Amino acid sequence: MSLLHLVILAPFILAIFIPLFFKYVKQVHTGWFVLVLPTILFIYLIQLIPTVSGGEPIVESLAWVPSLGINFDVYIDGLALLFALLITGIGALVVLYSIYYLTKKGEALHNFYVYLLMFMGAMLGVVLSGNLMVIYVFWELTSLASSLLIGYWHHREKSRYGAQKSMLITVTGGFSMLASFSLLYVMTGSFNIQEIIAQAGDIATSPLFIPAMLLILLGAFTKSAQFPFHIWLPDAMEAPTPVSAYLHSATMVKAGIYLVARMSPVFAGASEWFWIVSVFGMFTLLWGSFNAVRQTDLKSILAYSTISQLGMIMSLLGLGSAAAFYNYEEVYFTATIAAVFHLINHSTFKGSLFMVAGIVDHETGTRDIRYLGGLMTFMPITFTLSIIGAFSMAGIYPFNGFLSKEMFLTGVLNTLMMTDFNMQSIGFLFVAVAWIASVFTFIYSMIIVFKTFTGKYQPEKLDKKPHEAPIGMLISPIILASLVILFGLFPNQFLSYTLIEPAVQSILPTALPAGEQFYVNIYPWHGWTPELWLTIGVIVVGTIMYLTLTKWQNIYKILRLHKKDPINYIYDGFLDKLVTGSQKITYMQMTGRLNNYLAFMSVFLIAILAYGLIEFDAFALDTSIVGDIPIYFWILAVVTVATTITMPFIQNRIAAIITIGVVGYLLALFFVFFKAPDLALTQLLVETVTTTLFLLCFYHLPELRKEKSKPRFKIANLIISLGVGIGVMIVGISSIAMKAGRPFESISEYFKENAYELAGGKNMVNVILVDFRGVDTMLEILVLAIAGLGVYSLIKLRMNDEGGRLK
Amino acid sequence: MEILMVVVVGVMFTIATYMVLTKSLLRVILGTVLYSHGAHLLILTMGGLGTGAAPLLSTEGPHSDPLPQALVLTAIVISFGVTAFLLVLAYRTYKQHKTDDLDQLRGSSDE
Repeated sequence: MSLLHLVILAPFILAIFIPLFFKYVKQVHTGWFVLVLPTILFIYLIQLIPTVSGGEPIVESLAWVPSLGINFDVYIDGLALLFALLITGIGALVVLYSIYYLTKKGEALHNFYVYLLMFMGAMLGVVLSGNLMVIYVFWELTSLASSLLIGYWHHREKSRYGAQKSMLITVTGGFSMLASFSLLYVMTGSFNIQEIIAQAGDIATSPLFIPAMLLILLGAFTKSAQFPFHIWLPDAMEAPTPVSAYLHSATMVKAGIYLVARMSPVFAGASEWFWIVSVFGMFTLLWGSFNAVRQTDLKSILAYSTISQLGMIMSLLGLGSAAAFYNYEEVYFTATIAAVFHLINHSTFKGSLFMVAGIVDHETGTRDIRYLGGLMTFMPITFTLSIIGAFSMAGIYPFNGFLSKEMFLTGVLNTLMMTDFNMQSIGFLFVAVAWIASVFTFIYSMIIVFKTFTGKYQPEKLDKKPHEAPIGMLISPIILASLVILFGLFPNQFLSYTLIEPAVQSILPTALPAGEQFYVNIYPWHGWTPELWLTIGVIVVGTIMYLTLTKWQNIYKILRLHKKDPINYIYDGFLDKLVTGSQKITYMQMTGRLNNYLAFMSVFLIAILAYGLIEFDAFALDTSIVGDIPIYFWILAVVTVATTITMPFIQNRIAAIITIGVVGYLLALFFVFFKAPDLALTQLLVETVTTTLFLLCFYHLPELRKEKSKPRFKIANLIISLGVGIGVMIVGISSIAMKAGRPFESISEYFKENAYELAGGKNMVNVILVDFRGVDTMLEILVLAIAGLGVYSLIKLRMNDEGGRLK
Repeated sequence: MEILMVVVVGVMFTIATYMVLTKSLLRVILGTVLYSHGAHLLILTMGGLGTGAAPLLSTEGPHSDPLPQALVLTAIVISFGVTAFLLVLAYRTYKQHKTDDLDQLRGSSDE
């Protein structure tokens, strides 16, 4: 156990004590106790930057289940450190924000902070672990914690719906990821990521390579809200706003991005990886930005914008994987660098925008942009923050979003130079989609700012009188917004050398010869390049479209997108069908009727018998043993068969009892013929007692009625019965024949020889019963005793009708 | 002889299955009695229907196989115990619910 293990476990440990703080230190907001931890962790992790950016990963190992190759490895390289810093840094800011957002009174703060810390620890576990199984464990913990946080206000139906939806979708992806990890283990014999990466070349030829890739992508896409799994994210907006800011913009949704980036060295050489990641990313980018424009709720706009931006980062990772395909030609690195850069930028501006939305909600009582407007004069600071965040998101100079958007366009344009992948003919589609999506991004960014803060002030529609938020609530978004500007103005000083270079190094580990390091330099100005013209086009067209919004917004109604995302219909319908369908199946088989169940069993028995007989060719007939049968034996057999067959037709209970008695006595006669005197004796006695018992009961038993079932039902029963009977016959006949073919010496010879010598008895059957196999007899006596007790208690003991007391 | 016995046993199993699949509780119990009769005969038949004498050392050999006989003896007693219990159970069921129709005795769907 090293200090780094403690970094991951510390949030869990603190979570244990949170309820105590909440209960016993009532005068202090519980959040203050929580705030300390991410701050300390952030400072500690900052110190690791020089080591990691030197190119040397930090590795620590702790045996967990060594026999299965599952070790709690901590592996910190540039990528892991970048994510860990985001998690702890934004975590600290979100906790600070939540202290002012959630009041001490009336909120279940102990729940909130326990879940939040659990999430933080799990997320740190995902990004810092070097072992796939450990990643999986923490991955599921993030799903769980996220679900708990979405359902934080569990008395609201929508919260519960959102929590369930996110749980179902992300856990589905989690399971598929587990399957993929297992496949990777099958291929490489290791759960250690670095060992797997070392074998990447061998894996590529394995038949399990593609299934493993698809499954891992399913896991990453569900977590990162890629189309069509994005539908859980807008519903997750029912969570408190600090949660949305933290989980659903900056951290958890980037777990999928992390996974794709982490696994890139294993899979990136394959063209399937390039296509799936970049096409899904591109489509998500377009779909998210297109749908964000029609939302009226601030948080919904931000949710769809998150989806869209995640799609952009995902597509950049996909496009960047072309570098692996082209022997790491430098021109394709741009996309990967852009992905990492935009990842950081998105966390900063989206975090602050969510906090702004939370402030607006907190101070006015609504997040609906139709009711908002003209808040600029009431909330100048919030307005400034929203301008910084939204303009960065739209990609306007001098904010950091401008730089990453430029690099995104560069990355997309670079793919046009590809000679493979049919890029000459369809590459322009990438550029077109990227540009259109950027236009829509610009429009919704403007909506966030101007529909909320400018225009007509409508006090009659607001519950509260709006005023500026308390300073504590503003600290976190101010810090994030300053980062937006700082990263925008001085990207190289703050990010390039410390974080982006090592992170890109982890995504493209074999891109450079050993010892060399990436050199990333981000310029805000690189001449009149095509991407600059594209950006100018985005701003011009975006402004025009924003100003004419009311004129073309009907397009959503025409496309039937104005109510809810069409994927939701599929999800809801599927869930509904799943419930009704499984109910139907259950009611079909679980009828509650005894004869149905017995029929199922019999049919299954027949099927198994038939399968066995056919598959193993087990039927055999040995005619040599037919032999000569004495005439009296024939008579006995025919009488027995005739008596048995009359049984179902008897409608009179006393006749039925006597008939079953007759069969029993005939059985005793068989025993006489087969030279079994003890059996005959016992059978006669038992049959007499049974018949007596029947007769005793019979007075109390109901009169037998004619079976009133449909003929079809009767015929089905008859067929099943015949099947069972014939099955038994075939088994009997075949096993007799088999026995004749392969004579084993019976163990009975031993009994015959030793009955007198060893046991001193001449009646072999009795000697076997009480001497050789005495335990059988003892237990059989026990059975009789239990049956007797059962009969006694059934008759004597009964519940009385009122109290359930024994009489 | 064995084949004839197997046919008798098969008929018993057929009728027993048919009775068990009906709706009257008493018929179901009679069906289980028939099942055990069939099973006992089958055990004895499978043990080989030797033409030897009864398995008593006081008689002249060769003797028939004593082991299946011991097994069947145990089985008879056990099935007797079970049948007795089932009969009393049926009696109590009828007393309690005033019906022996298995369709009417079936539980409601939320049980």
